[in-house]
Amino acid sequence: MAEFNVNLRDVGSVSVIDVKGYLDAHTAPELENIFNKLLVERQFKVVVNFDELKYISSAGLGVFMAYVETMRENKGDIKFSNMKENVYNIFDLLGFPILYEFYKEEKEAVHKFGDQG
Amino acid sequence: MNSVNKIFEKELLVKSTTDNLAIIRDFIKSAANQSGFSEDSTGKIILAVDEACTNIIKHAYKYSPEGNILIKIKFNDAKFSISITDDGSHFDPNKVPEPDLREYYKQKRVGGLGMFLIKKLMDEVNYSTLSGNKNQVILVKYLSN
Repeated sequence: MAEFNVNLRDVGSVSVIDVKGYLDAHTAPELENIFNKLLVERQFKVVVNFDELKYISSAGLGVFMAYVETMRENKGDIKFSNMKENVYNIFDLLGFPILYEFYKEEKEAVHKFGDQG
Repeated sequence: MNSVNKIFEKELLVKSTTDNLAIIRDFIKSAANQSGFSEDSTGKIILAVDEACTNIIKHAYKYSPEGNILIKIKFNDAKFSISITDDGSHFDPNKVPEPDLREYYKQKRVGGLGMFLIKKLMDEVNYSTLSGNKNQVILVKYLSN
């Protein structure tokens, strides 16, 4: 069984999602549930912290693609932080750096929302 | 260690459920390690096979859990070849367009990235239809790369 854990916490007005383990077609629905919860709460400023994510497939990437526009339409965004090189390489291969912001540290990503007011 | 002398074949038969993806990845990982691939190349092979099997579960079997996925690995003369066979619905790989992320973004489309990744990650990709209504994809990675 693929081990995957997702945790949601607030840092000021920003929601931080910690993803841990293996994000594939089997575990992606757990991440979708978190995003659905955020939409219900009308919480559109999201940072995803990848520090403990070991693996991602396109099923996982698809989750971010499915929600990012709604977040942006509501003056929010999905920003990424703490990504390991092997995981970043997959995002890079699919051209994500054109459309998403990546930060080394969660703090920088969270502050970026502050800069935008 | 002289990898050229290593020759082996392995196979794994699993049902078409997404919880088997972890089992498939472990199977590929141990075979790629045994063949002498670097961690980076092993990661690419694992992801390509995951994507191919995810496509089979989603599209060929449409999430029906009763389908079979047969994975055969052959390693010979630095060529690592994985054949993946299913007997679900057929599809024409030539009709799947290359994804354009900006277009995807506009349309909120979330599928179709798997095939593109497989092509990027492997040295050779070959889709075919076998007798008995089976679909087969063969993925190849060369050890020297």
